[in-house]
Order: sequence, then structure tokens, then C-alpha cells
Amino acid sequence: MLELTGIINWIHETLMANIPASWLVSLIEYVLIGAGFLALYAVLALILIYFERRICAFFQCRLGPNRVGPFGVFQVIADMVKILLKEIISVKHIDKVLFYSAFFIVIMGSFLTFGGLQFARGVHGADFNIGVFYLLAVSSISIVGVLIAGWASNNKYALIGSMRAGAQVISYELSAGLSLLTMVILAGSMNLSTIIEEQADAWFIFQAPIPVLIALVIYLIAGHAETNRGPFDLPEAESELTAGYHTEYSGIQFGFFYLAEYVNLFIIAAIATIVFLGGWQPFHIVGADGFNAVMDYIPTWAWFFGKAFALIFLSLWVRWSFPRLRIDQLLHLEWKILLPFGLFNLVLMAVWVIIFK
Amino acid sequence: MINYLKSIFSGIWALMQGMYITMLNFCRKKVTEPYPENRGKHQPFERFRGELTMPHNENNEHKCTGCGICQMNCPNHTIKVITKNITTEDGKPKRVLDQYLYDLGSCIFCGLCTQVCPQKAIAWSNHFEHAVFDRSTLVKQLNHPGSKKVENPVVAKPAAPAAAAKPANDAPKDNNENKN
Repeated sequence: MLELTGIINWIHETLMANIPASWLVSLIEYVLIGAGFLALYAVLALILIYFERRICAFFQCRLGPNRVGPFGVFQVIADMVKILLKEIISVKHIDKVLFYSAFFIVIMGSFLTFGGLQFARGVHGADFNIGVFYLLAVSSISIVGVLIAGWASNNKYALIGSMRAGAQVISYELSAGLSLLTMVILAGSMNLSTIIEEQADAWFIFQAPIPVLIALVIYLIAGHAETNRGPFDLPEAESELTAGYHTEYSGIQFGFFYLAEYVNLFIIAAIATIVFLGGWQPFHIVGADGFNAVMDYIPTWAWFFGKAFALIFLSLWVRWSFPRLRIDQLLHLEWKILLPFGLFNLVLMAVWVIIFK
Repeated sequence: MINYLKSIFSGIWALMQGMYITMLNFCRKKVTEPYPENRGKHQPFERFRGELTMPHNENNEHKCTGCGICQMNCPNHTIKVITKNITTEDGKPKRVLDQYLYDLGSCIFCGLCTQVCPQKAIAWSNHFEHAVFDRSTLVKQLNHPGSKKVENPVVAKPAAPAAAAKPANDAPKDNNENKN
């Protein structure tokens, strides 16, 4: 029907029928998958930038970009072309190797995470038994890029910004990890496809409402902080640090940081969707077969992206509502509130699983 | 421990109130005017200072006495009041307005001229499309050709209104200054 598995199988069978060597088929498929992920990466970033600008404008009672194309949808493409054509200013007295590799590390971190996500039924790059662990691990790589960028720029603002980013991300990784661990207890597996299969009848948030809701809120706050956005945008606090860790970057180098920021926003929402809200599983009520059949007509990729974008909207709502935290308030929130609650929630979830499962 | 939990839940409640307010803003009507599309329909708000005008009634009469207070108060010498002397029907000499020149190009829209005008003869209009191809067209004559001062002003004055108006209106102005 509208599922993507049909197209994927068709490509696979066509290649198998026409190319004799199976290693060549595999190679071509790997290249196709890579190109597909790159295209998805770029398109998602463009969509998110447009989405953010419109939503932000609506929260401020403006209309936002609405001139280029219908509803201004081509504005982001024009901006992309602009940023590609901009001059790359070469900075003196920098650590050249680190300076020019920092943004690739940032991009690489978010791109590696893409490989582990599950976008629809049977649509994913890699599916392995430590999926949650892998996502946590590779999504933290980008902070290394941020630290390198701040250090190599030889600029006090950039250094302060990247140090703040380091303190922030390392702290909030704990809460994010704890809340995902809570969900791993409920699912009984770290494998993303198993986690999603477990939620076929009811999403985790309906299976164990209290601990899952606490974990979801903690994860969203921690994830929001990890993307360096919203009330947690201390690393690039423009009123104090010019632009933070990417002060010295220009043109497409800055574009890479920008791109990674927006895709990280999507990645956080996607992980939350998969682990808490059932991934691509349609909304099902046990017993109501007619209703379930209607829900099944909606393609799974629409379910996944719908839920992810709902979470992204929530994140934008938070971002445009609250003022920026001070660094001590930021650390207070993590170490004195989120972490105790996360630990308590871990125990609560264990008890819940023993009693109800 | 109680205080700790209480502060957390009151904090969450406060954050949710903030998000409620922003959601109200999200759903509110947007203030942006899609300008070229709503051209003609768009009405700027009342106090918007578009350009200086001199309202004329249906008999092509205005209220300006040519006293020149606006010209004296204008910080940029944007206004130039040119008067002429005529002889009225009963043989008395009288000073009337000849040309009221207003240079839109140097106006800073401070509004001092309309504030000080004793006759309320000049007013701001909402017209805001000022772009022209030649700077000299920005100098406008505000009194219509062939117009004259409206006779019998609301407050009944002695025979020479131009002479009477000035001291009569200087007095309240001085009072204001004393008060301030």
C-alpha cells in the first residue's frame, strides 16, 4: 500500500535480477542507503528550519517567512543557497586541523545516530541488539566536535561557550541515559525493533503511565538541553558570547553546525518517539478491532513522523516560552532535581514491572 | 524534603502557566500586515503619523491663521508659512495665509507642529506611501489653491481674528509652562 517496504523490496529484487554478483548488489544497496540518509538529513533540516521559523513567528504573533513560494516554503532553500555561496573567512592563529575537523565531527555524530533509528515498518539503517546503547553513545559524539570547535578557534567567547556546552551535555547525558534505562527495564530489551514490537497493542506511555510519563518528561528536558537550544542555549548565548562555540566559523562551516543543531532536535524527538510513544506503531486500543483497522490504514512512516513532529512542536513551544537559565540554575536543575527523580523513577519502574508484568 | 517537592511542583505549575500564555499568543490573530496584498484595505492605527495635512471643509476653507507658531517650533525648518497682506471688504488690512509649504523629505514626524497649533488647523493623516522619483516633489503646499480661512470660528472673536488669536492662545501656553 503506502508502505515504504514495497519500494525497498522492489529495488532489491530488481538489482538481484539484473546484477549477477551479489557483493556488487550489496555495495550498490549500501551506496543507495547512504545517499538516501544524506537526502533525508538535508531535507529534514530544511523542513525543520522552516517549521521553526514559522512556529516561532506564530508564538510572537507574527506570520514568519511567507513571501518566497507558497507560504514561504522556498525561503529555506534560498537561505541554503545563500549560506553555500558565502565566503569562508580564514582565521589566523587557530589550530587548523582541529578547526577544520570540528564541524565534521558534529555532523558525523548526528549522522551516525540516523543509522540506528527506525523510520517505518522495515525502514532502518541498522538494527542490532544494543540499539538504545548505540544511540546514546553516538549522539554524544557531537559534543566532542563542539569542544574542539571552541578550543581550536582561539577565541575567548568560543572557549567559554564550548566549556559551557561540555558541562551541560555531560550533566544532562546522565538524566537522558537514566530515563532510557528506565524504558529498557520495561521493554526488557535494548533492541529498537523489539522495543517497537512490544508496543504493538499499547504504547509504553499507556502500558505504565506514571513511570513512563516521568521518564518522558525527564528525557525531553535532558534532550532539549543536549541540543543546546531553548532555555538551555548557554553555549551560544548570543547576548553574552556573540555566538558561542561557532563564533569564528563562517559560511558553510557555520551551516554545518546549524544543520546539526536542527537534526539533533529531530533525533531527540525520534528517540523519544521510538522509546516512549511506540515508534511507527499505530494507535491501537485492545478489543476495538474496527478502530484498530482504521488506524492501520495510516502508513507507519506517517505515524512516526507525526509523533516526532508533535514532540518537536513541544520543544519549540518550550523554547519560545522560557528565558535562558543561568549556569548554576542549569546545573541545579540537573543534579538536584532531574537526577534524583530519574533514580527514583528507575526504582519505581522496576517495582512496577515486578508487580504488573 | 517537603519544601523540595513543593518547590518542584510549584515550579512545574508556573512553567505550565507560562506555556499556556504562549499558547494563547500562538492562537491569537497575527499582527503582521501582508502589505502589498491588503493595499487599500489596510488601515493604520489612529495615532500613526503619516504626513502632515491641513484639513479643508467642503467650501475649500481651512482654519490656518498664518501665525507661524508651527514654523517656529519645527526643529528641522520643515514648515514654511508664507503670508500676505490683503485688505478686507470693510477696508481693514489683514494678514492671511498665502502658501503653507511642508517638506516631507526633512520632516522627522515629531508632531510638535500639531501640538502647538492654536487653531488645530493642521493634522496628521495615515497616508504612508511617500515614495517619489524626484526629491522636489516632496515639498508640498498644504493649503489648497484658492482656499481661504474659514470665517466665524467656533469661539466668537473680535473683528481682527488673526491678531486676537495669537495672544489668546499664547496665554494658556504660558500657563502650561508655569505649571510644568
